[in-house]
Amino acid sequence: MTFDYAPAPESRSVVDIAPSYGLFIDGEFAPASDGKVFKTVSPSSEEVLSEVAQAGSDDVDRAVKAARKAFEKWSALPGAERAKYLFRIARIIQERSRELAVLESLDNGKPICESRDADLPLVAAHFFYYAGWADKLDHAGYGPNPRPLGVAGQVIPWNFPLLMLAWKIAPALATGNTVVLKPAETTPLSALFFADICRQAGLPKGVVNIITGDGSTGASLVAHPDVNKVAFTGSTEVGKAIARTVAGTDKKVTLELGGKAANIVFDDAPIDQAVEGIVNGIFFNQGHVCCAGSRLLVQESVQDELLDALKRRMATLRVGDPLDKNTDIGAINSAEQLARITALVEAGEAEGAERWAPACELPSAGYWFAPTLFTGVTQAHRIAREEIFGPVLSVLTFRTPEEAVEKANNTPYGLSAGIWTEKGSRMLWMANKLRAGVIWSNTFNKFDPASPFGGYKESGSGREGGRHGLEAYLNV
Amino acid sequence: MSDRLSVLKTYKLYVGGKFPRSESGRVYEVTDAKGNWLANAPLSSRKDARDAVVAARKAFGGWSGATAYNRGQVLYRVAEMLEGRRDQFVSEVADAEGLSKSKAAAQVDAAIDRWVWYAGWSDKVAQIAGSANPVAGPYFNLSAPEPTGVVAVLAPQESSFLGLVSVIAPAVVTGNTAVVVTSEGAPLPALSLAEVLATSDVPGGVVNILSGRTAELAPPLAAHQDVNAIDLAGADAELAKSLETAAADNLKRVLRPGRVDWTADPGTDRLLAFLETKTVWHPMGV
Repeated sequence: MTFDYAPAPESRSVVDIAPSYGLFIDGEFAPASDGKVFKTVSPSSEEVLSEVAQAGSDDVDRAVKAARKAFEKWSALPGAERAKYLFRIARIIQERSRELAVLESLDNGKPICESRDADLPLVAAHFFYYAGWADKLDHAGYGPNPRPLGVAGQVIPWNFPLLMLAWKIAPALATGNTVVLKPAETTPLSALFFADICRQAGLPKGVVNIITGDGSTGASLVAHPDVNKVAFTGSTEVGKAIARTVAGTDKKVTLELGGKAANIVFDDAPIDQAVEGIVNGIFFNQGHVCCAGSRLLVQESVQDELLDALKRRMATLRVGDPLDKNTDIGAINSAEQLARITALVEAGEAEGAERWAPACELPSAGYWFAPTLFTGVTQAHRIAREEIFGPVLSVLTFRTPEEAVEKANNTPYGLSAGIWTEKGSRMLWMANKLRAGVIWSNTFNKFDPASPFGGYKESGSGREGGRHGLEAYLNV
Repeated sequence: MSDRLSVLKTYKLYVGGKFPRSESGRVYEVTDAKGNWLANAPLSSRKDARDAVVAARKAFGGWSGATAYNRGQVLYRVAEMLEGRRDQFVSEVADAEGLSKSKAAAQVDAAIDRWVWYAGWSDKVAQIAGSANPVAGPYFNLSAPEPTGVVAVLAPQESSFLGLVSVIAPAVVTGNTAVVVTSEGAPLPALSLAEVLATSDVPGGVVNILSGRTAELAPPLAAHQDVNAIDLAGADAELAKSLETAAADNLKRVLRPGRVDWTADPGTDRLLAFLETKTVWHPMGV
């Protein structure tokens, strides 16, 4: 006898999406100067949610000018006053968090339980945290009276649209910068709703400008000569292009890029907890996570036991409607991303790794990928080297801690890593040896506004979060 | 006036703790500020630069893994050795930069004092750059700085010794290893510094010193996939732009050149430029 979950959909009525949106520049919504628009669809149904403006270089210029004009007064405002605006924003986000969570799940495809319980609480917390810094910058360890940089051009990805906006805008405003932010092409809506939150908070015009568009919009923002600071979260490939664009200029740049994190399980680890951590590490947010634990390194002696338990657990994951409160894995964000995941998975099979996925019924419309794991993976396989950015786990093995370190570090990336062991001294030894910016031991994918986040090597430079996150926006 | 003919020094490179000539067999003439011949310095090649990176990489694990106390003592030992060779450096700096003996002495004294200042940072930098993070959950959460790795350092062109020390010491005190390209026109104080490093317990490969043309040596270092960071102090604006562009290929950390008064208090900027912040989480529970 099998038990099925009854559908438990979250109501869409809490969010009211307009049929079209303009660019938010200098406190007003206006169409792109050439009138261009593009559609944003829900990846779980392919339903068109809205039509948004495609900003061209004239619009970028207008937005930068608005931010420049607003900078003079905003940066001169006492920190305590800036703080109060940010506290207001944090509170309004809390008030509107259900609406924003549903919106995010519609536009991004992530399960409502994640947008509701992870993204939105972290968004509000991030504004609340940096609000408190605005009038304490003299004590942040960057010398007396550290100054803002000016206009920040910020380009964010589609995996955590509103959370990445918070990571960018909160520290920028707290330190007295003004902002032009470009959300990802496939997930523009929550940033546009944030524009309305700025209005409700009474934020002065031009302090935050939101321009929607594709990669060309982002490129022209980054290249704009009157932008003082570039902050980007996204692919390593685009990060490198940005680093070339800003070469030879005075622009300060911070990059949060790709990863290929090792999640390392020793034979003394509590297997059930490790399995939860592995599942969270790679299937959270459909694996659309730059710090995802996409390479499982398991000690040979527990490989069989661990993989059996992991497969049993994977078979219970529910893939489907993002608005269903029981859904664990939502939709892949776009057809393009689905194609990329599919291509890499095919390469994994072609190169000789063994593919496994639980029996799993996928919806007929929209973009979906079943949780998948590969065994028999070698370090030379593409699925062990390249970021898949999907719900696909590559399993490798090791015998000694030294071998685990060697394999974990054998990547141009260095964003995060996981360690599962009951032995404290070994955990600390491993944490010391791993070349990655965030080490989760006996846990994974934990985030907090007080905790610095960012990578080594080709995973980017600079930190977001915590006291460290202020530096990116200060003239130090 | 003695009739004795002095013994001239053959200046050599410093790579992996050894003193090789350039593999290219090339040298170039180094003159004093008035154009008088001082010595022939090795004209390093791209191959020398790559060899130096290999040496620096090999030394990184041991040096970054040494205790901070140990690194501090090793660097302090460098200052002790410099003090003993003070007169030599005064004379080399005077020749190199066309300074009076007293002005050159002021540069050398400042350089030795700066070395002492940086040596003391080894076991303190983590306490000013790290943090305990009060996250909203039952987790122990700590951030600490770690060295970036192999740093290519283009030493300042004008300040042949004080400027040189001011770019090497902050890079290596935190555990990085360095490949240093000396001032092109005034390489001799740097090549003599190598002799001090070699007799100061600094493990071979931690600092590697190359003389030659900055414009020839810097591009292969900026493009090298096993170099993690580059200090562009010795590059002009045009060269700096092309090096920063090349450095983007593996996302090296880039410290752009700027107008620096090497005699002024350096602050912590260069110290912090070649560090990565690592944050470690662990659950708390019984």
